[in-house]
Amino acid sequence: MSDSITVERLSKLYRLGQASQDTMLRERLVSLLKNPFGTKASPAETIWALRDVSFSIQQGEVVGIIGRNGAGKSTLLKVLSNITYPTSGRVNVHGRVASLLEVGTGFHEELTGRENIYLNGSILGMKKREVDLKLDAIIEFAGVERFIDTPIKRYSSGMRLRLGFAVAAHLDPDVLIVDEVLAVGDAGFQKKCLSVMQDLRKGGRTVLFVSHNMAAVENLCSRGIWIDSGKVRKDGATHDVIESYLSTFGGSDQTSADLSGVESRQGSGEIRYTGIAFLNSEGQPQPLTRSGDSLRIRFFYHANQPIPYPSFGFRLTTELGTLVTDTSTWHHGMDIPEIAPGDGYLDLEIDFLNLLPGRFFFSLWITGLSHNVYDGIEHCASIEIELANIYRSGKNIDSRSGIVFFPQKWVLPGAHTEQVSVPEALPAGEGRKWSGHRTDF
Amino acid sequence: MPKASVVMPDREAFPLSASSSGEARPEGGSWLSELWRFRELLYFLAWRDVKVRYKQAAFGAAWAIIQPLITMIIFTFFFSRMGKIPSGSVPYPLFCYSALVPWTYFTGTLSQAGNSLVGNASLITKIYFPRILLPAASALGGLLDFCVSSAFLVLMMVYYRVAPSWTLIFWPVAVMGMVIISLGISMLLAAMNVRYRDVKHVIPFMIQLGLFVTPVLYPADAGFLPSGLKRVLALNPLSGVMEGFRASLFPHQGVNGRLLGISITIGLLLFSLGALYFRKAERTFADII
Repeated sequence: MSDSITVERLSKLYRLGQASQDTMLRERLVSLLKNPFGTKASPAETIWALRDVSFSIQQGEVVGIIGRNGAGKSTLLKVLSNITYPTSGRVNVHGRVASLLEVGTGFHEELTGRENIYLNGSILGMKKREVDLKLDAIIEFAGVERFIDTPIKRYSSGMRLRLGFAVAAHLDPDVLIVDEVLAVGDAGFQKKCLSVMQDLRKGGRTVLFVSHNMAAVENLCSRGIWIDSGKVRKDGATHDVIESYLSTFGGSDQTSADLSGVESRQGSGEIRYTGIAFLNSEGQPQPLTRSGDSLRIRFFYHANQPIPYPSFGFRLTTELGTLVTDTSTWHHGMDIPEIAPGDGYLDLEIDFLNLLPGRFFFSLWITGLSHNVYDGIEHCASIEIELANIYRSGKNIDSRSGIVFFPQKWVLPGAHTEQVSVPEALPAGEGRKWSGHRTDF
Repeated sequence: MPKASVVMPDREAFPLSASSSGEARPEGGSWLSELWRFRELLYFLAWRDVKVRYKQAAFGAAWAIIQPLITMIIFTFFFSRMGKIPSGSVPYPLFCYSALVPWTYFTGTLSQAGNSLVGNASLITKIYFPRILLPAASALGGLLDFCVSSAFLVLMMVYYRVAPSWTLIFWPVAVMGMVIISLGISMLLAAMNVRYRDVKHVIPFMIQLGLFVTPVLYPADAGFLPSGLKRVLALNPLSGVMEGFRASLFPHQGVNGRLLGISITIGLLLFSLGALYFRKAERTFADII
């Protein structure tokens, strides 16, 4: 396997405030007259968009580049595409490179679809001969046969996108560099994008893919590189890199809430909730919880006096107020003879969170034997559930697909089908299970 | 759903791009071969400019003729009132129009190319290609209008019964000179415009001024010009182009050898300056555009 891309200690420096520095010729002339031999008045503020980035990619590898906005991913792609030049370091790219930093680059409104195909193809590096040969395939792929000779200013934005992508899809390069193209467009378009990239991967091409769609990255890429503040933070197996990356989300305020100060609560108050924390199986704060993850919710309480047979419970609702579940220790048939005065806590362990991504709110209560309410607080805490590759298909299963999901498998009798999702819960290693049984509600 | 990939003919038919290393841009000879490799894109960019211009223009191709024609009519009217300008062996309208044809090419190219980089900022920040293609495409596209107005010039010559002599073989040389000088100044201005955005406002002013310091409306050795001024005007590389055009088209139209020499030299210098400045500034286009 030969090296397709090598990057050695790549650094890129940008000068800030360039816009305010003598952008007018007359200003420059004036400052020249005033100070013919002087150096620049003040050193411009600079920022290292990339600092000492090194990695090498073999032919045929499909690599996902992830990182926050502003981390330097797009700058890296620009340097690799020869659009901008390194401040220091070396970059080597072998073979025919096609860069997709934007779909439909160079499209002109007044030209027809057909004319724009030639123009865009040429801009992307295709010869006219090549476009001639592939023209019909491109038009068919874009699905704009009827409008191919109409100026694209009459096209809808979806058609424009499809047309631009159709040209790019037929590029046939050795190295393809893609920047978040999947971020735009409807589900059908995104599906097409993914299938093109899968074809490229099967064809042994090298693909460099920048995206915020973690499900797609996990599905397509064998390797991930996490760029953070211009540096390579992690480089390795996709799943590990994504885990590390996502774990920096959220922050500590996501893992717990202080409930002792909440005023608007019902109940007599002999025992009250003082806090709620979201933990992992080891009892450590879990800043990030994804669909299908395990979760331990710790409820802190304070009792002023001994409490006989209390029941601790909560209600989980969606942002829109739909009740997801209403559960308590009483529902589980759990007898707590007495709670001693003082502070304590109680854990709820969930092996497998069947919630789809979204924000969910907690309303908590503590009741007694005769259903008297000791404490009741509405919508006092929330948890954000993040995207995960739950069916392992790379498809974006988010809140538009509902509130809950369950492990499942499709069966079509008598037909040969392919399905990558697993019928069981996530296997050990991917999820963090600590008990053999599933939680029953 | 249609298949995403297409079975392609032999991949060797489509050559690989050069690999890029730390100091990126290919130097010298390989720069020229790179330009050759991108020749199709040059054609497409020029084609795009021309097509769009003609789709949008009210009179389409006729505009290429109307502009110099109307200028010629106006100036003929004025100068025939103000006083005769010696136009040598040909009538003044023809004398004037014949220089207005290359002049219109020059001004058109300058205006278009001057803004070609900034106007295509989205291309520059997204795709790699030698940036020189953009002003070059303007220079190439302008040749179409030039051909149209030259065809009209032929008609005018027929009308005035002026037949060219053997000197016509120099006409292509004059055309080349016109293109080289236009391209040289365009490259310089286009590159400067990226850094200093008010350059594009300077261009119309330069053009207005240029019309009077270039022997378009008057011959280079006009009697009414003091000789000191004549020497200064000779430094204008376009003087040589104008005189060269007229000399090649009209018989008995002599040309000042020294003037031509100075013009050509300065023209080549300008071209080199423009090209060098452009290549140096090219590195930062994507960053500051």
